Amino acid sequence: MIVVGLIASAVGIAIGLLIDWFPTVGSKQAHKIDTFWDVLIICSVPVFVLVTTVVLFAARDFRMRPGQENLDGPPIHGNTKLEIVWTTIPAVMLVALCAYALITLSDIEKAPAAGNERQITATGQQFAWTFQYNEGGKKFSSTQLYVPINESVKFNVKTDDVLHDFWVPAWRMKIDAVPGITTHYRVTPDKLTGPAGYPVVCAELCGLGHAFMRSTAHVLSKAAYAAWVTKMTTAAAPAAPAGGGGQTAAVDGKTLFTKGETSTGATACGGCHKLADAGTVGGVGPDLTTAIKGKDAAFIKTSILDPNAEITPGFDKGIMPANYGQLLSPAEVDALVKYLQEVAAK
Amino acid sequence: MKLRQPGWYRAAAFIFAAAVFSFGLSWIVRSAYGHGHYTHYVEVESILLIGMIAMPLAFLVGLGCFDYWFYWASGRPTRPEDHSSHGATSWKDYFRPNTDHKVIGIQYTVHSFFFLFVGGLMAMLMRAELAQPGRQFVDSNTFNGLFSVHASILIFLFIIPVFAGLANFVLPLMIGAPDMAFPRLNALSFWLLPCAGVLMLASFFAPGGSFASGWTAYAPLSTTAPLGQMFFTIAVQFAGASSIATALNFLVTIITMRAPGMSFFRMPLLAWANFSTSLLVVIATPFIAASQFFVLLDYALGWHFFDADKGGDPLMYQHVFWFYSHPAVYIMMLPGFGIVSEVLAVKSRKPIFGYRMMAFSLLAIVVLGFTVWAHHMFVSGMQSWIRIPMMITTAIIAVPTGIKIFSWLATLWRGVIRLDTPMLWAMGFLTMFTCGGISGVMLSMVPLDIHVSDTYFIVAHIHYVLFGGSLFTIFAGVYYWFPKMTGRMFDERLGKLHFWTTFVFFNATFAPMHIIGVNGMPRRVADYADQFATWNLVISLASFGLGLSSLIFAYNMVASWRGGARASSNPWRALTLEWQVSSPPPVFNFDQVPTVVGGPYEYGVPGAVHGIFGPAAPAEAKATPAGSHTQPTTE
Repeated sequence: MIVVGLIASAVGIAIGLLIDWFPTVGSKQAHKIDTFWDVLIICSVPVFVLVTTVVLFAARDFRMRPGQENLDGPPIHGNTKLEIVWTTIPAVMLVALCAYALITLSDIEKAPAAGNERQITATGQQFAWTFQYNEGGKKFSSTQLYVPINESVKFNVKTDDVLHDFWVPAWRMKIDAVPGITTHYRVTPDKLTGPAGYPVVCAELCGLGHAFMRSTAHVLSKAAYAAWVTKMTTAAAPAAPAGGGGQTAAVDGKTLFTKGETSTGATACGGCHKLADAGTVGGVGPDLTTAIKGKDAAFIKTSILDPNAEITPGFDKGIMPANYGQLLSPAEVDALVKYLQEVAAK
Repeated sequence: MKLRQPGWYRAAAFIFAAAVFSFGLSWIVRSAYGHGHYTHYVEVESILLIGMIAMPLAFLVGLGCFDYWFYWASGRPTRPEDHSSHGATSWKDYFRPNTDHKVIGIQYTVHSFFFLFVGGLMAMLMRAELAQPGRQFVDSNTFNGLFSVHASILIFLFIIPVFAGLANFVLPLMIGAPDMAFPRLNALSFWLLPCAGVLMLASFFAPGGSFASGWTAYAPLSTTAPLGQMFFTIAVQFAGASSIATALNFLVTIITMRAPGMSFFRMPLLAWANFSTSLLVVIATPFIAASQFFVLLDYALGWHFFDADKGGDPLMYQHVFWFYSHPAVYIMMLPGFGIVSEVLAVKSRKPIFGYRMMAFSLLAIVVLGFTVWAHHMFVSGMQSWIRIPMMITTAIIAVPTGIKIFSWLATLWRGVIRLDTPMLWAMGFLTMFTCGGISGVMLSMVPLDIHVSDTYFIVAHIHYVLFGGSLFTIFAGVYYWFPKMTGRMFDERLGKLHFWTTFVFFNATFAPMHIIGVNGMPRRVADYADQFATWNLVISLASFGLGLSSLIFAYNMVASWRGGARASSNPWRALTLEWQVSSPPPVFNFDQVPTVVGGPYEYGVPGAVHGIFGPAAPAEAKATPAGSHTQPTTE
């Protein structure tokens, strides 16, 4: 049994370490947390194997055979030595793990030894993230996150309404956005992203659109980040996207409606709205098939840019993000309005 | 006149009266504040809010739960104690306030299993929606409602009450008591539950949808949600009141009504487990009641407990909430520990290994259970130093739990093991609960918790603990005491089939959730990124299998109850007192008061008996380690 247990533990640990559990390792902190996970796997598997093996061997070896119907087991009431052993060993193991956890925790939360730390404010609102930067005294904001590689970033996390949770799985760190206070964490991204970037997720249930409160984080080289900052601070448009590119081509309103505008993170309208013409079935917002019937362009434009101006009966204020004016270029808004008006007139 | 007799007709009339009262009160108060005949929908809201409290209370009064106390309070002669509300002769007796603990136990259990199936159906709907990315069956609002009601129902209307139900049936029998200490309170405790259940389900019909802020109902989401949220807020008060009343009843029963000779260290571990659980319930449950009253005041009357703009504190909600809801995890586990101890000892034909340590570890869990609540809040933004002591206490709580697991293993060792249905569930519990316990220790470690909190890793952990842990023990208990409760035997082959299908599909459903959780899929989402699609499809398919496997159980229970073979009084040859009376037991449990002369698990000790019936003869106590320290007291 001991042999079987040892083999099973070894196999279990090997499998536990071989499985690719985590998403991309994208920060210094992530390395430490992943190592911590491996240690936990090595400690946990043998415990599980021990219990399972004893259960299985007991079921095999001590199973009632025919003719033993009236037999009882030996009346063993306890064994003090054994009980002390299985109280002490787990206690020591757990204290050791706690000590290791404490060291890891202070490592991943430590401020960089020297130099200024970049501060970015992440603000959650139902159901979108906004990131505010302060570069060289100039303040600007974006809806996708951009950070340079290998520099520690301290995130100040805030919320405009309910609890949210700012999480980039590739960086492993997360913290709630709590009304009334500012929470913090820091990461040092150490891996460049491609154009796809890392997903940014809201991890705390925040209402209807919780599942769709996603954004993208881009880790750029220092030069690329500087170029992006320059563009952001000089461009007239409040949130020109970097690395997007494609939106100069003729804008198709219907595509925008169904697919969204990925470079700025503007969520597709169809994710929340039903519209027969576009074939979308979202149920979070009003059914546009009927809601915009016979409405004019001005109404549609207002509804996109300032969704709280007029609310369809039965729906609540503040569910639709009010930042489409920043996410979409004027040309895109016009294309969307044109498309919707065509549908409305049908 | 039927309307003057306690019963369903009077209850219906009273509910109608309460609806009128709600309308009237709302109208009068609003008039007093100058709203006049204002007919904004908010008025409907206030009527519903008052009605949510008034109508269940009226139902209880109408049904007759309070009759005796009202007579007594008003000085009128109370009806002579004719035991007319004791025992059941037809199925109709299960639909009125009954003061017999055995009837109440069955009421609780059947009622809870009804909600298990309702909650399970909601899980099926959710998994159907999550089988593919994108939207298929339900919209986001309904989805959020589904997982909120699923969790609330299964926690407050299944796991907690079903344990209370099983214990209600067997605990007085086990300790040699003729009934619970407060039979009428016991009946009231049960009838509070359907009120809570109906409220929670009714929330789906509320304007704006059902409550959708999760069973945790974190403020300020819950204080700003549509009216459906209040159905949770108020339902929890009824469920909580029921728990507290039952727990007090158990405590008093265990402390004062043990049979002669039944010292604390001769009690079966199930009694110990319910004693510990009741301590937790009595101390902790008022906290969730408080937190939900705060939410009610914030929502309905515009107070600012959790409104940060006005000086409120959303974090306070979480502290108060988890000060109940963490101990609640043990409220949902300790009674299961008791059940498993009974089953394992009887089915291995061996005494429980380390009986006293088993009892003390229960108490250790009770104490430690109150020191770990903030481990749910490692990423909540609370002050960071609290995380360290909470990490240590959380990890250390694994020690008493480990003692229990190892003692059970030692109980199995060298036994003569009968691998029948209750035993399979108990052994399945040992492995699955260990799995949930291990991921619990992982979660206690702050650096890892930062990454995996609020992901599917948590979903996996909670289901390994509550499904692979609690539900497996519940099945073990239901199968184990089925002959005693119904007087019939269940179908052994169907029972085993039920176990194996559940065991396989359970693991296929919840094990992959560990992987997608660590890989970055947040929980409580109606939709997810495409990279998680494959695993989610696997999980959904497995979950349907899991749902179907419960039908085997339902069929087995119904068919065996109607036409199973007659059960003898002691089919498992157990020593504890409940098996020494007929199946089902007589109305007042014991024709003769039993005298306890030894420990409850003396299997293998030649000639050992736990209790003897008849006049308290000067029986000689068996000198055994578990029962040697006290002599039977004679009254």
